[in-house]
Amino acid sequence: MIWLGIDTANSPLSVAIVKDDVLLIEESSMMKINHSLRAMPAVEEACRKADITPSEIDAIAVSEGPGSYTGVRIGVTIAKTLAWTLDKPLYGVSSLKALAFNGQLFNGLICSVIDARRSNVYAGVYRAKGTDLVSVLEDQHCPVAQLLEKLKECKEAVLFVGEDVKLYESIIREHLGKQAYIAPFALNVPRASSAILLAQSANQPEIVHTFTPQYKRITEAEANLMKKGSSYE
Amino acid sequence: MKKDHYILGIETSCDETAASIVKNGTEIISSIVSSQIQQQKKFGGVVPEIASRLHVEQITLVIQEALNEAKLVPSDLVAVTVTEGPGLVGALLIGINAAKAFAFANQLPLIGVHHIAGHVYANQLIHEMEFPLLALIVSGGHTELVVMKSHGSFELIGETRDDAAGEAYDKVARVLGLPYPGGPQVDQLALMSDEGIDFPRAWLEKDSYDFSFSGLKSAVINYKHNMEQKGGKINHAHVAAGFQQSVVEVLTVKTVKAAREYDVKQVIAAGGVAANQGLRKSLTAALEKEGIPFYVPPISLCTDNAAMIAAAGYEMWKSGVRNDSSMNGRPGMPLKSWN
Ligand SMILES: [Zn+2]
Repeated sequence: MIWLGIDTANSPLSVAIVKDDVLLIEESSMMKINHSLRAMPAVEEACRKADITPSEIDAIAVSEGPGSYTGVRIGVTIAKTLAWTLDKPLYGVSSLKALAFNGQLFNGLICSVIDARRSNVYAGVYRAKGTDLVSVLEDQHCPVAQLLEKLKECKEAVLFVGEDVKLYESIIREHLGKQAYIAPFALNVPRASSAILLAQSANQPEIVHTFTPQYKRITEAEANLMKKGSSYE
Repeated sequence: MKKDHYILGIETSCDETAASIVKNGTEIISSIVSSQIQQQKKFGGVVPEIASRLHVEQITLVIQEALNEAKLVPSDLVAVTVTEGPGLVGALLIGINAAKAFAFANQLPLIGVHHIAGHVYANQLIHEMEFPLLALIVSGGHTELVVMKSHGSFELIGETRDDAAGEAYDKVARVLGLPYPGGPQVDQLALMSDEGIDFPRAWLEKDSYDFSFSGLKSAVINYKHNMEQKGGKINHAHVAAGFQQSVVEVLTVKTVKAAREYDVKQVIAAGGVAANQGLRKSLTAALEKEGIPFYVPPISLCTDNAAMIAAAGYEMWKSGVRNDSSMNGRPGMPLKSWN
């Protein structure tokens, strides 16, 4: 069984191929790169290095967001087009859950964080259970202070994972003090192999045609329209 | 027997998700267009982020439908062609990444097509191109005069310096309180009046084939304000007719002048505004007088579609043009010749 994993939900890019539960290849880059330029070449390169033709792929896992709107759309578009045209199952995995998996060995809560600007974050809180993660606080878009207040109430050790955590390190310390642990850099890299592993424990593949990113946020235009109280005409 | 060549075209540069199969560059086998007009209407225009979101929802469905309707499978195709630019970057990226993934999965060559080259080649689907030809491309995003001396050779001789013709139509429609997309409604209104308000024509420099519509748009707005201040009522049909007369006259006169100067064998019109009745009538009459054949595709091929991308892509494919998977969306892509 050959799995292809893709994560372009944020500025990092990760592509992995797993064959019969062996990670054959994984390439992750944290550089701020243009996914449109690099994502598909990275998929092709991984297949070539692993000596796999596209039709040999048996299943596809993709990070479905939240994160950068454009980034997540590129990964999802590539994944759903491959899954559809190759007629293989597609699995969408939360980008926050995949990132949280880096803290799987932590004894406590794992909070993955992606910056959403203006003191807002996308965040998910998980706890490890075997090779899976169970959700403690649903993936959400919220002010960072609100997230930290909720975590404080949990009164448990929390490991913060993600490249963007450093933007909020001081406010995290302020709110949580010794309750907070900050992951070292090696654990901040989203890994497409984590997406594959989490996809393997999913019950049902996605319906490919209707599969869309999890933005966790409506667009500004929609928000403005709601404020005005509908009907533009 | 000659083998038929089937090309898949994909177009997502603005607010339509489209896919098409074209045979030998000239025959539409299938053409699917999923328009976002209904969803974008309530915002009074195209919201780029919403356009991108809707493209992701539609893209594989639309390609699948194009294949189904053509009763073809990917292995029947010789290439995948996709709009590379210009357009909304986030929207372009959906079509481009779907095209890349599809091309890789099915081991097909990938070709990036310029959107305007697509509009020009829409004509190849109804009538064989004869060179040299002059193309007038008028849409919400473009107003261009292009001379072609052979397949894949484009010489841009004039373009708008500010608003595109279609953009001016939409803005005037808004001034008149018409709902989005207002261009076709201005056309309708204009047809109801034969005494248009006298608005200015922007001829620019004597030898220029460039266009400018922002002054005209301001003149319409000023006229409305002046009338309102005087407490008078404005006749919407007269305003629409006056506006349309100004746009159509400038487009027609410059097109005819260029057709003469470049001694072309045919003139073609393309783009969403080429669906405008007033413009079609005026160009037809003026070019008939000159004895120059004039072609304009049916409305479904004037507005954005993927058959035109496949038609242009076919000529590129024949000329050996290929892209690799590092193709990016190019919102400001210039029209370049491939031959
Ligand atoms: Zn167009």
